[in-house]
Amino acid sequence: MTDKIKFKCRNVRVQYGDLEALHGIDIDIADRGVTAFIGPSGCGKSTFLRAFNRMNETIGGAKFSGQILMDGEDIYDPSLDPVLLRARVGMVFQKPNPFPKSIYDNVAYGPRIHGLTETQAELDSLVEKSLRRAGLWEEVKDRLTEQGTDLSGGQQQRLVIARAIAISPEVILMDEPASALDPIATARLEALIEELKTRYCIIIVTHSMAQAARVSDKTAFFYEGDLIEYDDTEKIFTNPDNQRTQDYITGRTG
Amino acid sequence: MRDQSTHIVSGYDNDLKSLTHALTELGTLVSEMVDGAMRAFKKRDSVLAEKIIARDSDANKRQHKIDEDVQRIIALRNPVAQDLRRIIGATRIAADLERVGDLAEGIAKRALLLNEEPRIDMSKSVYRMGKQVRKQLSGALDTLLKEDAISALHYWQADSDIDDLYNSIFRELVTVMMGDPRTIPACAELLFVAKNLERIGDHATNICEAIYFTAKADQLINDPSLAPMMQDPGVRKTL
Amino acid sequence: MNVSQHMSDKARKHLKSRYAKERRFRFYGLSAVLFAIASLGWLLLSLFATGLTAFQEHYVTLEAEMTVSAFAPPDQRSVETLRIADYKSIVENAIEAKFPDVRTAGEKDLLFALISESGATDHLRKRVVRNPDIIGSKIVMTVPTSDQVDQLLKGHIDRNVPEARRQISDQQILWLDDLRARGAIKKKFNSILFFNPDSRDPELAGIASAAVGSVMIVIIAFILALPIGVGAAIYLDEFAPRNRLRDWVEININNLAAVPSIIFGLLGLAVFINIFGFQRSIPLVGGMVLALRAFPTIVIATRAALRSVSPAMVDGALSLGASHVQAVFQQKVPQAMPGILTGSIVSMALVLGETAPLLMIGMVAFVTEIPTTVTDPATALPVQIFLWSESPERAWSERTAAAILILLAILMTMNALAIWLRSRLGKRR
Repeated sequence: MTDKIKFKCRNVRVQYGDLEALHGIDIDIADRGVTAFIGPSGCGKSTFLRAFNRMNETIGGAKFSGQILMDGEDIYDPSLDPVLLRARVGMVFQKPNPFPKSIYDNVAYGPRIHGLTETQAELDSLVEKSLRRAGLWEEVKDRLTEQGTDLSGGQQQRLVIARAIAISPEVILMDEPASALDPIATARLEALIEELKTRYCIIIVTHSMAQAARVSDKTAFFYEGDLIEYDDTEKIFTNPDNQRTQDYITGRTG
Repeated sequence: MRDQSTHIVSGYDNDLKSLTHALTELGTLVSEMVDGAMRAFKKRDSVLAEKIIARDSDANKRQHKIDEDVQRIIALRNPVAQDLRRIIGATRIAADLERVGDLAEGIAKRALLLNEEPRIDMSKSVYRMGKQVRKQLSGALDTLLKEDAISALHYWQADSDIDDLYNSIFRELVTVMMGDPRTIPACAELLFVAKNLERIGDHATNICEAIYFTAKADQLINDPSLAPMMQDPGVRKTL
Repeated sequence: MNVSQHMSDKARKHLKSRYAKERRFRFYGLSAVLFAIASLGWLLLSLFATGLTAFQEHYVTLEAEMTVSAFAPPDQRSVETLRIADYKSIVENAIEAKFPDVRTAGEKDLLFALISESGATDHLRKRVVRNPDIIGSKIVMTVPTSDQVDQLLKGHIDRNVPEARRQISDQQILWLDDLRARGAIKKKFNSILFFNPDSRDPELAGIASAAVGSVMIVIIAFILALPIGVGAAIYLDEFAPRNRLRDWVEININNLAAVPSIIFGLLGLAVFINIFGFQRSIPLVGGMVLALRAFPTIVIATRAALRSVSPAMVDGALSLGASHVQAVFQQKVPQAMPGILTGSIVSMALVLGETAPLLMIGMVAFVTEIPTTVTDPATALPVQIFLWSESPERAWSERTAAAILILLAILMTMNALAIWLRSRLGKRR
């Protein structure tokens, strides 16, 4: 892991109508490794996650202010097309959402819309590489033409990751990626995250504190739209500085 | 203990409470054993000494029970942070207390042997040391109830007095034995009693360290107030 | 011992009354369903009882002498002159040949009334125009009986009723029985009903012109309403700025679906015919009017289908760097397709069954030609049914019921197609 900063966030505020969901977040996110966002429902962690690929903009009425610099470049610069930003910042959602197409077409979707490959052979090898990296190749190599939606939940989630990887993003955002999975599929997913973190900057929102503890290097605790504490995961889960953090992770009413 | 009643899951609170309760009971039991052993020693009361010896198995049982509770809480509740430290601390403290029980049993056994020897003056010094150790132990147990790092630090530091006391008793006993070889059997037993008391003091400091770790998530020797002392190479060596 | 409060007598009694309530509810539900089934069954049964016999018709076989004198001289023979030849006398001769005893003119008229005059002459005319060489020869022809005869032979006219109270005389019945005894009368599948245009004579009337008109109307309505409706729905749901104008448009489209269909007819009459100057009674105008009728239904169905697609699909595409339009058209619309098609087919079924607006734009015309282009006068199936139902003769009511059965069959086929499409396309997700 390097100490290079991928995202530098300053005074990030997101408003939905009159309601401010985030009250000025300052955080630096490392270039490699896993950063976990934890906090009770409605604390703004998902909203914040969606600010990194400007997915908040797809919800009408969301207003962003502040600054998020990605490698020093303002991602909210009006001249930056969110479509290109999203090609660099992939996202995996809570419920696996493979397209109702073949496994192959799911992975090939991104490369196709961005025109990343010239020939069919190139596309084939990109699909294979992405599926391999997502740890799914061995399971699906003989049935690439089957529907992505016919896979099991865990496989679907890894397919979605393969789909995101196929366009070579720099960052992968994960919004509660294991909440719909059984423990075995969750363990596989976590093993995959462990592998991917050497290549990508991964930000994961999770409700499972045990999961945050298992997979992340850094943990940020959010509460009611504020960043309460951000530190090494080990520190957060052994000896957090803030009483609110302590109460949350130990399951107290606070 | 602080915060213990505010877990969202009350069963978790009850688990922690009963763990603390079991620990306190074990602490009470072993400190009674130390008291009893010292009384049997002072009063040359063989009957009481036998009673104390008999109570050690109870202490062992209680320690095993605490270990089982801890294992169950870790498996079922996934404790983290302060809760986890408290639970780890509980196993360490239980082990220390169980050892204190063993040492009290040891003192009672020595008392039985001493009863067959003539009384010597040095017994009084040893008994005084015992008083000091008992104060130290009950202080540690109080600290456990309050989970108070500052108090833990205080009793931890007080242990050096006991060490000094032990060293001087050791020297005196050697002198007595050299002066009158007939006292050697009794003095040797007294030496064992003093050694056991010194060990009980050590366990009391261990308990203080565990309490400090539970409260502060750091080792007691890293406490900033100890920094000047830690600069001294001589002190560092003794640790 | 402590008896649980859930095992007490009071609890048991309460449970009993709960179950009783549930049983009553189920009974009401079941009764409602049974009532609906019974009503439908009664409707179908009465339609079948009245209409089923219309699918068969009685024909009489005669030998016709194609006398040369009935036609223009050979040097003047053309399609026109062949059409206007005196086929009636040939037919009269043919039927009289069967009953040489009949002498008086009145009796001859009665005899002639046994067969369908137009049916017989049309039959001969067609054959002669196709092959003029048969002139001068003797041919065998099978022609429809008159509607009264047909009804009598089907048993719809009671022979035991006094002669004065039926339209067919005792003499005619005797002749008929004679013909039947000689094997000259046959019962055949009524292809006329399907392949003939409308006619004044029930035995010659068919639904062909109305069916072709309906098909044209549905196709025009489909071509117009589907792209506009689907496009409007996609735009409203996905791309329109969320403001009061959009809400206003949305409310109005929803209201449009509830507007009585005759209003659309009035609109068509005022706009398409009076302002744009289209002809009356043509399928083009009918299609345009019914496209308006189908439009709100398609918009509503499409929007419902679009909304039923999980937003996760669009999110997934967006998160991969797809543009909004790409996300909508590559993910959302294809997945909504089964719903959109189902809605469209259902709306087309609606169009097919629509009568009132077509009446407004004059599609009630009596059309004896099968239309070949969308600007030929035409009528539509439900209008045809409406027209036939107004005629009092027993033969008409039989044909009306038959036409309703055909229309119902088409509607059911369309609905079945919609169900099949939905399950077929739905399976692929």
